[in-house]
Amino acid sequence: MIRDITIGQYYPAKSILHRLDPRVKIVCTLLFLISLFLNKNVISYALATVFLFCVIKLSKVPFKFIMKGLKPIIMILMITVVLNLFLTSGGDVLFQVWKLKVTEEGLRTAVYMAIRLIYLIMGSSLMTFTTTPNALTDGIEKLLHPLNKIKVPVHEIAMMMSIALRFIPILLEETDKIMKAQIARGADLESGNILQKAKSMIPILVPLFVSAFRRANDLAMAMESRCYRGGDGRTKMKPLVYGSSDRIAYAVTWGYLIAVFLIGRFVAVKLWIF
Amino acid sequence: MEMIQTKDLIFEYAKHDEEGNIIGKNRAIDKANIDVEPGSFIAILGHNGSGKSTLAKHMNAILVPSEGTMWVNGKDTKDPDELWNVRQSAGMVFQNPDNQIIGTVVEEDVGFGPENLGVPTDDIWKRVEDSLKAVGMIEYRSHSPNKLSGGQKQRVAIAGVIAMHPKCIVLDEPTAMLDPNGRKEVLRTVEELRKKEKVTVLLITHYMEEVIDADKVYVMDSGQVVMEGTPREIFSDVETLKKYRLDVPQVTMLADELRRRGLPIAKGILRTEELVEALCQLN
Repeated sequence: MIRDITIGQYYPAKSILHRLDPRVKIVCTLLFLISLFLNKNVISYALATVFLFCVIKLSKVPFKFIMKGLKPIIMILMITVVLNLFLTSGGDVLFQVWKLKVTEEGLRTAVYMAIRLIYLIMGSSLMTFTTTPNALTDGIEKLLHPLNKIKVPVHEIAMMMSIALRFIPILLEETDKIMKAQIARGADLESGNILQKAKSMIPILVPLFVSAFRRANDLAMAMESRCYRGGDGRTKMKPLVYGSSDRIAYAVTWGYLIAVFLIGRFVAVKLWIF
Repeated sequence: MEMIQTKDLIFEYAKHDEEGNIIGKNRAIDKANIDVEPGSFIAILGHNGSGKSTLAKHMNAILVPSEGTMWVNGKDTKDPDELWNVRQSAGMVFQNPDNQIIGTVVEEDVGFGPENLGVPTDDIWKRVEDSLKAVGMIEYRSHSPNKLSGGQKQRVAIAGVIAMHPKCIVLDEPTAMLDPNGRKEVLRTVEELRKKEKVTVLLITHYMEEVIDADKVYVMDSGQVVMEGTPREIFSDVETLKKYRLDVPQVTMLADELRRRGLPIAKGILRTEELVEALCQLN
């Protein structure tokens, strides 16, 4: 089941997007997310669609792979759409099912909300598909660097994130091992209601935590013995430097955001109710 | 000057009862005296709980002596100003290959040490490349460490240490968690490094076969150094080794048994060829 979740995974490929500075990708993703909430009419949505699909094309990540990432949010999506559809009032009533009225406004918000959510997931998963976890933490560290002035331990947070990423597969493997060991001793993990299932997780979680702490202790020792002493005086093996393609990416995304803003502000187009 | 030297080193840790009160002291190391000359290959033997890993942790100033002194490259490990010098001159490789790799990519992990030392970026790349070549892992530079075998992971860990240009490498049971192939792989790597890079190697282990090439062997038992000498000297004394719950290599064992049955075979045979030679001399 865990393997089904593609959000947050890295998709190795050689594309312009993969080569971009992680900071650019983080900032541009944020700008894209902002743009989604500035969208007001058909034209700006069309613009967002064109923008997103061009970027997907550039990334060389298969479209199918991106769509797979939408799977886990289908439920949330359905709930949002249904709630918006029936509970938003305004405009003419389009049709009525029992006591639930569907209004123009309701249909509009429901459709827009669905598109926003889908694009939001597609946009942000595109970022993680094209950025290695390490590059991502490096980018975050560099972007949040100014927070150091107000005593936020930015380097430590980034280091923690990258260590967590490094240990996820190891801990997953370990969980698997412990589960098998407990099943071999007759533990019943499958049957029973939610409460019983949750209870049967205890003999898995306890040894997992114990071993995680042991690992953490070992790792801390290994890091200290390799002269780790926090971020001060540390040099970078792969320092982040902006190149010309990074500047172009910034310019394009900012241009797109401004266009969306202006369209929302000044262009009034109405296609039926949208 | 000695690379590593200890004088009457004692390390004690407090024993706690269930409420966390101190109820006594455990002496993990009891007056250990060790001298390691630059460029030599030293082995420390001992069964579990003999204090050999505790001693290893002193060489990197992860632990500091309760009494007595330890010098690494002439620097007292108790001196906080010399802490980073000590850690840079004596690199450590630990037992568990998974728990000492920090990077998510092999080359990033090897670069971790030099990054901490503040080495300029270009130099880091050069060091990473050289050390990965030295351990024969250069073709795995952009792999994830999770996909490597145990032996390969230990070689990456060794590369990570030599990238810091240490004068001495301390290997704390580097093969204990590996299969026989992984063990051979790691030992061969250490052997090559010793010959090519001329680093001092201090190998802590409980596998006898690994120490037959050592220049000097120390045997530890319950915190004390109980035997020291060349491998040949140490393995001549099969009886004493057994007392310290250590097994001698199979060949040595066989030679010893044969001698006891009356065959005139010299003491301290370490390799199969030597035994073959000795047996062929008989008539």
